[in-house]
Amino acid sequence: MNHQAILQVENLKVNFDVSTEGDMPWTKRKKLKAVDDVSFSLQSGETLGIVGESGCGKSTLARAIIRMVPTESGNALWFGDDLLKLDKISMRKHRKEIQMIFQDPLASLNPRMNIGQIIAEPLKTHYPKTSKEDIKSRVQDVMNKVGLLHNLINRYPHEFSGGQCQRIGIARALILKPKLIICDEPVSALDVSIQAQVINLLMELQSEMDLTLIFIAHDLSIVKHISNKIMVLYLGNMVEMANNIDIYAHPRHPYTQALISAVPIPDPKIEKNKELILIEGDLPSPINPPSGCVFRTRCLKAQDICAKEKPTMNTFNDSHMVACHFSN
Amino acid sequence: MSFLEINNLNVEFDTADGIVRAVNNVSFTLDEERILAIVGESGSGKSQTVFAMMGLLDQNGRATGSVKFEGEEILNLSITELNSVRAEKIAMIFQDPMTSLNPYMRISEQMAEVLIHHKGLSKTEAIQQSINLLDAVKIPEAKSRIRMYPHEFSGGMRQRVMIAMSLLCRPKLLIADEPTTALDVTVQAQIMHLLADIQKEFGTSIILITHDLGVVAGNSDDTLVMYGGQVMEVGSTEQLYASPTHPYTQGLMSAVPRLDDKANKLKTIKGNPPNMMLVPVGCPFSPRCKNSQSVCATKIPELLSTGTKNHQRACHVAFEELL
Repeated sequence: MNHQAILQVENLKVNFDVSTEGDMPWTKRKKLKAVDDVSFSLQSGETLGIVGESGCGKSTLARAIIRMVPTESGNALWFGDDLLKLDKISMRKHRKEIQMIFQDPLASLNPRMNIGQIIAEPLKTHYPKTSKEDIKSRVQDVMNKVGLLHNLINRYPHEFSGGQCQRIGIARALILKPKLIICDEPVSALDVSIQAQVINLLMELQSEMDLTLIFIAHDLSIVKHISNKIMVLYLGNMVEMANNIDIYAHPRHPYTQALISAVPIPDPKIEKNKELILIEGDLPSPINPPSGCVFRTRCLKAQDICAKEKPTMNTFNDSHMVACHFSN
Repeated sequence: MSFLEINNLNVEFDTADGIVRAVNNVSFTLDEERILAIVGESGSGKSQTVFAMMGLLDQNGRATGSVKFEGEEILNLSITELNSVRAEKIAMIFQDPMTSLNPYMRISEQMAEVLIHHKGLSKTEAIQQSINLLDAVKIPEAKSRIRMYPHEFSGGMRQRVMIAMSLLCRPKLLIADEPTTALDVTVQAQIMHLLADIQKEFGTSIILITHDLGVVAGNSDDTLVMYGGQVMEVGSTEQLYASPTHPYTQGLMSAVPRLDDKANKLKTIKGNPPNMMLVPVGCPFSPRCKNSQSVCATKIPELLSTGTKNHQRACHVAFEELL
């Protein structure tokens, strides 16, 4: 594993225009800050896990990097080129290096195309001059890699189970030999026994093909298992980022602490005696986020300063970053 | 006489492609004030088992066997008879609180309706009792929020409303079908905490259906593991987690990544879940089981007691001989 930063995201902001009930046609649209000032860097061969509750902006952040949603401001440097400022043609060159795997395995496959066509499509799009024989051998090659038998090549998506569909999705992402794969909740729709198969496959492929992964999930146990580095998002803000061991052993942000304590551990002895940090209430509206620290409305440690000032990112032990006024 | 006794329950569905055998010969019992968790993957028949009990099967579904609640047979009752069982004896909470509440009715009307219909209360009394229950499930400002519509609540709050509604007639048994699957972990923790409080306060028994082994561990007395429409293993939660004796239970336990664990590679169960259209001839897990022997493919194993209290397993291979 070489340690060169391949992706450097700086101060990324994504806003959505939203209208609310009772708005007149001439009312100025409100801004929903989906991602607010997020920065991180990603090294080759690393896996970055992004966790947070629904609506915290994890998918939007990943999609903003590859311009599936428009960004407000910020940079995303991919080997030095800013992906957010490239024109369509130069962006297209980079698209083959960054591929994506989606949550719902069946919905992300075209029901009218057979497996061979689905897997070959990215190759035909990006390298239209590839010969038929080449395409065939490349498709068979990736099918091998993800554990799909060759005789399935003419079948259609509905003939496959959820786990197999996810393998097809992975094969489609791999055929262009990408450097970075963004996995948006790739196993949430799968059963436990199948989930483990897909996770192991992703980890094997990663070491075999020297892939870098951005792994989005709401299941913290899985994220911890697969990631080197974990980012915790809350209401579009990055509240903590650290390596996978540190963040679980010494979470510094009150939100991370509550999040980790809420994850049930499959062991009755531990689980029934666990001291739970319950956070009260619900996620505030992202259209009208709390002033200062976004978590203060549900935080046990909140003081006056939290409402006045937005906490800055503090760094501990080189790599452990926390945005909290009381992170010491 | 057990509080709830299910014997040889079978559920079948007629479909265009043939008969789907969703539940095959399921038997179990539940005692008063206990929490039983039913775990299994999708299609294992865990939900259909309780749907059959409550008379909630789809039009094309058939249930046979016996379900006795406090000694009375409740399977396949008429609608009128079922109505007195539902709510008054057994109540149910569903996975998606948004689709199980009526979007056109205020919470007050939906809740009062239950009491007016089942208990013959006046509207004022019914609303007063509903407010008391919303307080009990810790909804802040229940008095004013009861006038809201379901869409004005968040997912976690809606699930609280569902729980309050299910408790209106003080049922003796509460069935929670994946109550937290649609919720975030922090909200899940709140709701499971609430269910535990309610169990203590109201003395209800609970059947908790879930696929999350973590939720089961913290919130149940007994656990029943289902696969392919059949019971694989049942026993006290502590014992089942400490030493699972069925190959499927063992596989399931080791396939889950744990937050407190540093293992590098997850153990997997090879293969895919069974096709429920086929008539089961052997153990449904045998094609994926590493302990599989010739008898496993031809004969359905019986659910037999292992000698330990309440513990039963359905496997041809003795525990000592497992790989």
